[in-house]
Amino acid sequence: MAKPKVAFFDFACCEGCQLQVVNLEEDILGLVNLVDVVEFREAITGKAPEYDIAFIEGSITRPVDEERVKDIRKRSKLLVAFGACAHTGGLNKLKNRYNDMDEVRSIVYGEDGAMEHLDTYPTKAVHEVVKVDLSIPGCPVNKNEFVRMVKELAVGKIPQLPNYPVCVECKMKENQCLYDLGITCLGPITRAGCDAICPSNGDACVGCRGTVDEPNKNAMHEVLQKYDLTVGDIKQKMNLFAIDPEI
Amino acid sequence: MTENINIDLHHVTRVEGHGNIKVNVTDGTVEEITWQVPEAPRFFEAMVVGRHCSELQPITSRICGICSIGHSFASLKATEAAFGLTISEQTRRLREILNHGENLQSHILHVCYLVLPDLMRQPSVVPLASTHRDAVLLVTKLHRLANETCDMIGGRTTHPIRTAINGWTMLPTEKELEQLKQRHIEALDDLSALAEIVASVAEGIPDFVRETEYISLTDPNEYAIYDGLIKSSDIDKPIPVEEYEQVVNEYVSPNSTAKYAKFNRESYFAGALARYNNNYTQLTPEALEVGKMLGLDGINYNPFMNNIAQVAESVFSVQRTIDHIDWLLDKGLKKEDYSFEPKEGRGMGAVDVPRGILFHDYTYDKNGVCVKANCVIPTNQNHANIQKDFDKFVPEYLDKGEEELQFLMEMLVRAYDPCISCSVHYLNVEFIR
Repeated sequence: MAKPKVAFFDFACCEGCQLQVVNLEEDILGLVNLVDVVEFREAITGKAPEYDIAFIEGSITRPVDEERVKDIRKRSKLLVAFGACAHTGGLNKLKNRYNDMDEVRSIVYGEDGAMEHLDTYPTKAVHEVVKVDLSIPGCPVNKNEFVRMVKELAVGKIPQLPNYPVCVECKMKENQCLYDLGITCLGPITRAGCDAICPSNGDACVGCRGTVDEPNKNAMHEVLQKYDLTVGDIKQKMNLFAIDPEI
Repeated sequence: MTENINIDLHHVTRVEGHGNIKVNVTDGTVEEITWQVPEAPRFFEAMVVGRHCSELQPITSRICGICSIGHSFASLKATEAAFGLTISEQTRRLREILNHGENLQSHILHVCYLVLPDLMRQPSVVPLASTHRDAVLLVTKLHRLANETCDMIGGRTTHPIRTAINGWTMLPTEKELEQLKQRHIEALDDLSALAEIVASVAEGIPDFVRETEYISLTDPNEYAIYDGLIKSSDIDKPIPVEEYEQVVNEYVSPNSTAKYAKFNRESYFAGALARYNNNYTQLTPEALEVGKMLGLDGINYNPFMNNIAQVAESVFSVQRTIDHIDWLLDKGLKKEDYSFEPKEGRGMGAVDVPRGILFHDYTYDKNGVCVKANCVIPTNQNHANIQKDFDKFVPEYLDKGEEELQFLMEMLVRAYDPCISCSVHYLNVEFIR
């Protein structure tokens, strides 16, 4: 079997997810035996006409980028939304709270914000522009999950994400619940797979991986009631990474 | 002599973010050299307005995947300045270890993964894995140590978790620190071996000189990374961070979605070479020695030598990490209360991150909600200087021919270690025929 041709592309993002690939250190040398990396601008010089798997990092925020991702889609057999910015729009959607993009432009660039090359529209996740075959969530993505998914893709399997919440992983690590410490946390509704990294380091889950397929509203309400909180108290946290489930 | 050269390179590779180079030479006359930054702007200064102080570090950390730790500290320092908070010495020492971990991680990544392939004329580090396996394993060992240092202190190397306003959400254990110290002691030998590898290919560094203004942090007591005053090589007296706006003078260029900066001249240099030129006498003898072995011996005006300054700083970062761990183990780690009260007001924070001096500036209302923000990113500050380097470089290297000229121009951009997505608001080479 020929090795799948893999490419990485970045749009509006911090490129921290590509960095997780670089941070695999010597393990990356094992992965490049499984796949043929034909484009990876951050680490490699080289270009190719078509791809078996295209990893898209970042959100879509300009017409010119929308055209570019559509062109990549046409030349790719499988397209993967790589990281929170591509998957849900991530933090980049914080700017969508403004009704008027001109206001956003003027806040950052002042009067010069009107210049043509500073054009922007409300942030879109990749699936809002082209068909996405698979998402790898997280801000940043989890290295181990990425390696597992690439191995499965290389042998022709479609990888699955855990469909249980971060609370499950957090409890398995025997962490003290952050709600007991007076910290609100999105662990009860957020999709696991990160090894509960934030709560395990003393900070709240902010939902960067998006929610499980059908968040357990009752369980979330029970937790909030137990600690004398309301949905309003976690609303602000939910829009940090653009997750807005019906709770 | 090449009569006509036309380069139109879109999306320069092995840099973080997007940049384009455009060169047009007709009948031996340079008609156009442009450095363009088309990176999609993300508008962080608008994103943070209306958000609670506790969210500012997690949001602004996401400006840049590589310097997320430096952004985190510039952010926390700005917030702490606005609220009038003074951190404990334990908190500061742990922050410095994390800062040095990021410096080492970023410098090793840049010098070894992104620049060494240029010096060895290879498209990436990957082919080197089979031709120079021991060297690649040495590099990955150092890079892994840097990342694992950051994982241990910050909870995660990209977008740290344990960093909080006024302290830490969680501390490492003393046992972890002891193990970390042993690995850093070993790393000093690894860095000497790495310096030998760089020395073996260092004749590939172009001998190009352009004197410019160098801006960095400076501190009377130490080689400034985490904190200090603003130092320009053109002025004797350092400037307080609160007056950063008179230094950066940001402006919008039609060639760039990243803002440009200028102070006493049309452009200035920020980054490892600026820190070295302004403060090198404060480096350790071992760091100075590694620099000297690689041709960096005192003030240097060759932008390509930024990479050598990064190697020297890597040695310094490992040594400072060992010093800080010794202090922490000597005093014993204590769990500290990091609670605080928000206050209405404005605060600025500056950190000299791997790519240069970085400023965050926030204004808060009485509830600790952000009403205004400004972030000035090192790569932005270097854009104008890259253009000025091109203006001198292209005529000097015109006779090398189009292909070689393009290669050298890309190499010059990479020497700055640009972090373009980090420019918030940036590589492609375009030779026009």
